Amino acid sequence: MTIAPNLSRRSLLQGAGGLVVAFSLTGGVRPASAETAAVLKSVAEGAVDSYISIDPKGMVTVYSGKIDYGTGVRTGFAQMAAEELSVPLDRVTVIEGDTSLTPDQGPTYGSLSIEVGGQAIRKAAATAREALLDAAGERLGVERAGLTITDGMIRGDGGEISYGDLLNGENFSLEVNENVRLKDPAQFTIVGQPIIRDGLPGKITGAFEYMQDLKIDGMAHARVVRPPAIDATLEGVDESSISHLPDVQIVQKGNFLAVVAESEWTAVRAAREISVTWATTESLPDQAQLWTHVRETPIAKDDVTSDIGDVDSAAGTRQVKATYDFALHTHGSIGPSCSVADFSDGKLVSWSSSQATHRLRGQLSDMFSVPEEDVRCIYIEGAGCYGRNGHEDAAADAALISRELGRPIRVQWMRHDEHGWDPKGPPTLIDLTATIDDAGAVAAWSSEFFIPQGAGGRVALLGANLADLPTNQDTNPGGITNDSAIPYGFPNIRTVCHRLESTPLRPSWIRAPGRMQNTFANEAFLDEVAAELAVDPMEYRRGLIDPADKRGLAVLDRLKEFAGWEPRPSPRSGGDGDGARLTGRGMAYVKYELKRTYVGAVAEVSMDANSGAIKVDRFFVVHDCGQIINPAGVRAQIEGNVIQTTSRTLMEELTFDRNMVTSLDWASYPILRFPDVPEVNIELIDYPNEVPWGAGEPTAAVVSACISNAVFDAAGIRLRSVPFKPAKVRAALSEQRS
Amino acid sequence: MSVSIEVNGTRHDIDGDPSMPLLYALRDQIGLRGAKFGCGLGQCGACTVIVDGRAVFSCLTPISALEGRAVTTTEGLLEDGKPGKVHQAFIDEQAAQCGYCIAGMVMRVQHLLERNADPTDEEILTGMQANLCRCGTHAAIIRAVQRAART
Ligand code: FES
Ligand code: FES
Repeated sequence: MTIAPNLSRRSLLQGAGGLVVAFSLTGGVRPASAETAAVLKSVAEGAVDSYISIDPKGMVTVYSGKIDYGTGVRTGFAQMAAEELSVPLDRVTVIEGDTSLTPDQGPTYGSLSIEVGGQAIRKAAATAREALLDAAGERLGVERAGLTITDGMIRGDGGEISYGDLLNGENFSLEVNENVRLKDPAQFTIVGQPIIRDGLPGKITGAFEYMQDLKIDGMAHARVVRPPAIDATLEGVDESSISHLPDVQIVQKGNFLAVVAESEWTAVRAAREISVTWATTESLPDQAQLWTHVRETPIAKDDVTSDIGDVDSAAGTRQVKATYDFALHTHGSIGPSCSVADFSDGKLVSWSSSQATHRLRGQLSDMFSVPEEDVRCIYIEGAGCYGRNGHEDAAADAALISRELGRPIRVQWMRHDEHGWDPKGPPTLIDLTATIDDAGAVAAWSSEFFIPQGAGGRVALLGANLADLPTNQDTNPGGITNDSAIPYGFPNIRTVCHRLESTPLRPSWIRAPGRMQNTFANEAFLDEVAAELAVDPMEYRRGLIDPADKRGLAVLDRLKEFAGWEPRPSPRSGGDGDGARLTGRGMAYVKYELKRTYVGAVAEVSMDANSGAIKVDRFFVVHDCGQIINPAGVRAQIEGNVIQTTSRTLMEELTFDRNMVTSLDWASYPILRFPDVPEVNIELIDYPNEVPWGAGEPTAAVVSACISNAVFDAAGIRLRSVPFKPAKVRAALSEQRS
Repeated sequence: MSVSIEVNGTRHDIDGDPSMPLLYALRDQIGLRGAKFGCGLGQCGACTVIVDGRAVFSCLTPISALEGRAVTTTEGLLEDGKPGKVHQAFIDEQAAQCGYCIAGMVMRVQHLLERNADPTDEEILTGMQANLCRCGTHAAIIRAVQRAART
């Protein structure tokens, strides 16, 4: 060690079990070979070496347990580290989600990557910088206070030394100082800049290597063959049905079935042409009775998410009551899940696009009854997943087949595998009641959410279930009670989540899980109340927000200005709609999980009263996620959230029969196409001195309510059931007429 | 069966099942990553390439139909190894999130602009509708098309 003498090796040893690695000249990492200088890579939380290393050439490597699936956080991490270290951004490489190299920072969900993962990297980088300054002061024999850093070079009176020379390939062996001095935001030159996201040019030119592109020596191609029902037993495989195809191997374990071939196309054909006999049992409810089924599902427990005053004894003269629902949705990745596994000598290396490689390691270790140390999970960016889609399941498939055949296996799910078998956003049913007193104020707000039990834990691995191997069976739909409570100050409030024992189809979290569905109901119902009271919905919200919540108020004030909002109650009267064509505007607001990112949005819609078709013309979004790391990244996330959630709101709904999902492609589960994309106008509020919050999810929360409220403004009908398909709109219009 | 296909200016002899879609030849035999598998059904456009001036779904086009044809993928739009005009417009607009759809989008745009160098907004929207994006990058893609048309 050449740096400060008081550093211990404790943190390094804590990380033992990490991989021995060597650093290449490009800053990349590869397993150490005999001729390279090797170091044991720490992965312990809280050790600087777990997050940051600097090679002799001054190239910085950042290790992140949180991963980038197209959101741009990899670039954000690099910006945060480069800024604290005062090195140019092009000297920073980020390694993500490798259980042998990166710390376990928990799954990448909940819009927490920058707020939690990035902040940990930032503190590690700052701790490293402070230690380097100490060491440089000693080495140069000058006062530390007189040192400056430019591009990774520390200069003092009469001397200079680079990070690379100071460290000379050694570790930091240092605990992260949670209270370390962070760079003054006024000095930022990299954080806050709209840096082009890492990997972006290669995604455009074809050079970028996705998970789906990974090829390793000796690898064979596999396709899974799923049953025609969720509850099914494999009774027989007619091998002769694919005997015309060369070199196909069949892997069967319980109800798990796969075909393997040297050529990918042969594997595709084999999966398509193989003849299999299954015994099936109907296990799903009748979709036509879905909401009755949800309402009648036994309740495992109640979670009271807010309880203020006493809603039952609140005096009122009238009540507004409504029921909202949000359909079952799929994640809808454009690229179906893919994984490569190499399971040999009892040790497994698994490459996947899992957003939770550390957790996946535990799951694979359980599934195959091997110690966690013998499983290494490596993240490679794939198609966007927007939550826990099929990535982990594909990883389990590949590992199982690789173990059975003793060679590296690539599993690529087909479109029907992804649409049919990725875990789903569960159906959400919500009852709301507002009690209004004789002064025309809401005396009580109460709501009941019928949503499955469970949280954001391990989602059972499909392949393990089919093969009857161990896997956790808990229901894990994500943190779906979030934003069931409201950011408004009524005197009596009670919000209760009835956690259902079960839900049709294996659930998991889709983007903004629960927050999207719950905010839809809350913000549309608040609009109903505003209409009942004949007040402007924006001013009404403004009056209900805690006056001390200046940032929330600022969002609404900016939104009013930005969207050109003229105060008036909804629905609009007269208006400029010509005949069957109606136009309207609606707004919604969220303070994400009541504690972080603020979003206010306005939608402008036009609709055809004959066909019932809704077109979302424009969105205006005002967004406060605190300190902005990369405004281009934040804008992309906001645009993406608006467009994706507009699609969810207008058209998306999973279909199923009593056996299984029947919406198995983009024809039966359509999503928004170019002609229907709204224009998205964005205003970012930056607070450089505040904590950086997430932007990957919050905007999704407000979109459905904005559209519902805009339709009410246009036509006076309330759409309370996502998706807002034309048939529902026509039914609401005819009900209104009668 | 063996077919001779020109891909990005280079002739390749592809051996295999005549029903094999071009996509697998591009990805597994020629080693090009641009065209992606998205659905294999002609519904998403992730696999879009240009064959003799027409945008096609490479996931549906069997190699048997391509003897002597010229195929262009996003890699074929590079100019001396540098991003071509459409590429650059996408880069300048940062028009990719996960990016899985983007190589197909690039080829759709290339095809659109080859037929209509100065499309109206309406023509851009209808010209792009065969291709799906889940990340909601559409708005940035539209800006990239407008930018490419200007340059
Ligand atoms: S992969 Fe060819 S259209 Fe979807
Ligand atoms: S950028 Fe992810 S699907 Fe289009």
